[in-house]
Amino acid sequence: MFGYYLDLALRSLKRNPVLTGLMITAIGFGIGTSMTSLSVSRAMSGDPIPEKSRQLFMVQIDSWGPDKRGERNEDGLDENMSYIDAMALNNLHAARRQTRIFSTYLNALPTDPKQKPVGIIVPAVDSDFFPMFNAPFRFGGPWSRSDDQEGSPLVVISRKLNDQFFAGANSIGKAFTLDGVSYRVVGVLDDWPLVPRFYNLHIRPYGQIDEIFIPFTRAIKAQASTTSGMSCQDTTTASFEVRLRSECLWIQLWVELPVAADVVNYRTVLNNYAADQQRTGRFHWPPHTQVRDVMQWLKYRHIVPNELGLLVLASFGFLFVCLMNAMGLMLARIIGRTQDISVRRALGASRTSIIGQCLVETTVIGVLGAILGLLLTLLGVMAMRAALADDFAALAYLNAKAVGIEVLLAIAATIGAGLYPTWRAAHVEPALQLKAE
Amino acid sequence: MKSPSARFAIYRKKSGAVLIAVQIAITLAILSNALGLIVDRLSWSARLTGIDEANIFFVYATSVDKPPSFTALQSSDLALLRSIAGVANAYATNSFPLEGGGWSMSADLEPDQKTASAHISYYFVDEHALDTLGVKLIAGRNFNASEIVDRDGSTAPPATGIIITRTLAQRLFPRGDALGKSLYTETKDPSPIIGIIDRLQGPFVAATGFMSTFTENSVLAPFRPLGESSTYVVRTKPGGLNDVMKAALSKLEVINGIRIISARSMQEVRARAYRSNRGLTLILGAVAFILVAVTAFGMAGLTSYWVAERRRQIGIRRALGATRLAILRLFQKENLLIAFSGVLVGILLAISLNIWLIGRFEMVRLNPTYVIGSGFVMLLLGQIAVLLPALRAAQVPPALAISGSRVS
Repeated sequence: MFGYYLDLALRSLKRNPVLTGLMITAIGFGIGTSMTSLSVSRAMSGDPIPEKSRQLFMVQIDSWGPDKRGERNEDGLDENMSYIDAMALNNLHAARRQTRIFSTYLNALPTDPKQKPVGIIVPAVDSDFFPMFNAPFRFGGPWSRSDDQEGSPLVVISRKLNDQFFAGANSIGKAFTLDGVSYRVVGVLDDWPLVPRFYNLHIRPYGQIDEIFIPFTRAIKAQASTTSGMSCQDTTTASFEVRLRSECLWIQLWVELPVAADVVNYRTVLNNYAADQQRTGRFHWPPHTQVRDVMQWLKYRHIVPNELGLLVLASFGFLFVCLMNAMGLMLARIIGRTQDISVRRALGASRTSIIGQCLVETTVIGVLGAILGLLLTLLGVMAMRAALADDFAALAYLNAKAVGIEVLLAIAATIGAGLYPTWRAAHVEPALQLKAE
Repeated sequence: MKSPSARFAIYRKKSGAVLIAVQIAITLAILSNALGLIVDRLSWSARLTGIDEANIFFVYATSVDKPPSFTALQSSDLALLRSIAGVANAYATNSFPLEGGGWSMSADLEPDQKTASAHISYYFVDEHALDTLGVKLIAGRNFNASEIVDRDGSTAPPATGIIITRTLAQRLFPRGDALGKSLYTETKDPSPIIGIIDRLQGPFVAATGFMSTFTENSVLAPFRPLGESSTYVVRTKPGGLNDVMKAALSKLEVINGIRIISARSMQEVRARAYRSNRGLTLILGAVAFILVAVTAFGMAGLTSYWVAERRRQIGIRRALGATRLAILRLFQKENLLIAFSGVLVGILLAISLNIWLIGRFEMVRLNPTYVIGSGFVMLLLGQIAVLLPALRAAQVPPALAISGSRVS
């Protein structure tokens, strides 16, 4: 029976190639456009660390007060905190794991004197950073917690840098010169596609991969200046030592809180700390603190461009219009073929078989639309890569899952659009139509 | 012929007509909102920085070994840059327009103000800056060489004089008496305004949000930034920027020790600053355009079917005396009626979509011109889309009424 329907469907589609073409084009363009924008949007607004994003929290505390409150964020909190607060909160050890983070800019001198030196952005982090953010190691591992205390000159480097400087060999124990100081390699990371790089959104969060990590305390000892943003109330506190005692905001604090009770507990500890600061007279305002998990943090920082949201919306509006369009054309086909259907009905075809025939026909259109849509999605992704800066280039990709979803969506949408025309076709009366002849 | 259903067959083809009207409504809502955003972002990214963009490039130089004196290093770098044939002028700075990051702070009219009078971008310059940037001094004077103060990472000397943009001057001193008045910026010491320049954008690139609110508020302060990393602004004589840039790079690389040196033209900086935003805007434009096209094809396709289906009725009408023009008009009017109802719904949809978008995406407010313009576009498009099928309908011979067969 299916074979017969398929044959009928192909015949009827061939009978009116223009209309068939229009329907397939409408569905193809609708699917192609919505899938293209969806694939970019999903990559940009997706969860960078789905297995742990609900356990990792960014800590914020208001140390400037309502009068001097920053205007960057709607709640008046800054994304960074002062060295004073970062140290004090770190010393409370109220979370399972915790890391202070800021980024600095250092020069790396290649061992091969013929190669030119390179400037690299280096995050200064605590040893917990690596297990917290699930950093995969190829060789070695993070430095120890006592190294965090000592501020030892140790580095963890990326796989890419290891390939570049040590030809991909196990470089554990090798020396690495940063800003004229010799550091020892303790770990080499494997490929680590953390996109967006939520712990440092200042520098190309979608394009850049961090190549070198040094201990936080080491960076403080080296008086490394920050490249990840600093807010001060005035710049009379310009020297590094003075800055450590100042209210300048330049350090992030991330904590790992595995269960909800830990979060509640941490909030209490954080508020108690702020209340203590108020008691001792450092803060002249009640505690104003916040902890946000990874997705809340990304949303709070508005890193996904607004245009992208509108593009996704427009694309789905577009898909909807395309389907309406296809539905209109299908209706027109049914109306045009009432005669054909009524004859078929008069010859004994049941309503069910008319419905079956129509469904096979719409499925064929859906499959053809999906194929066109797939081609257009590929083109669209290529266009996206060309049109967007390299920051986003890596993002616009297609995988097997996306392709599968797309094909199913196209067929389901086409059948959905074909339901009403099918229902209309099923209600064509045999006798009436024959009489009209 | 009394009831409208006799005049317009659409009343019997309700579902098809509703489908077209809904398509028009959605297309109109998306088109008018997209147009608003596209025009806003294109004009945003086309704004000029106020500097001589065609002839300016920037050099980043970072020392790897510790140079004996940053002051000596910088003056020898600048002397070399200015000596290159084709270079008009050069100076050292902390940042430049559209760089992406730089110094911003509040500027106050009184010391110890609780809320800022204005937010500003803060540029370090010397006496060569105005000439290098090609910005126009509209009041007051330039800095002189003796006013420029060394500034390394650990000091914050007061600015003994500042030059501000016209926009900032007008904002803080609406009566036009900015010159000679003082601002309080990074220190508690007053900085007297010695000059006003026509225009100079800040280094930050933002279409929305806090960072987009003070783009034109720039302040030039007489500082010589010293440290491992230097940023130089260079203006070339018209033409040959790329050659001069290459020459500058190769000459800087061989002096003043081991360094990491790179250069970028202002045109590259501009392209890079706006690329993603422009890309998304253009893609949005493409989607809107294809959407309009699909809607038009849909209307044409459906009308063709109605024509094919009603050939016999058309034949009868023709036989009863309707002219070809009357048949043509019938289909045009039919479409106008459908499209008009679609446009009306679409306008409401466009406004509610816009209100929702403003809340969610910091969307630009809908411009009534775009809504009405899009409405007219949709009406016109409908007329064009049905023209071909309607012309075919007008060709139906009156004899078809007699033959009695339904040709389709």
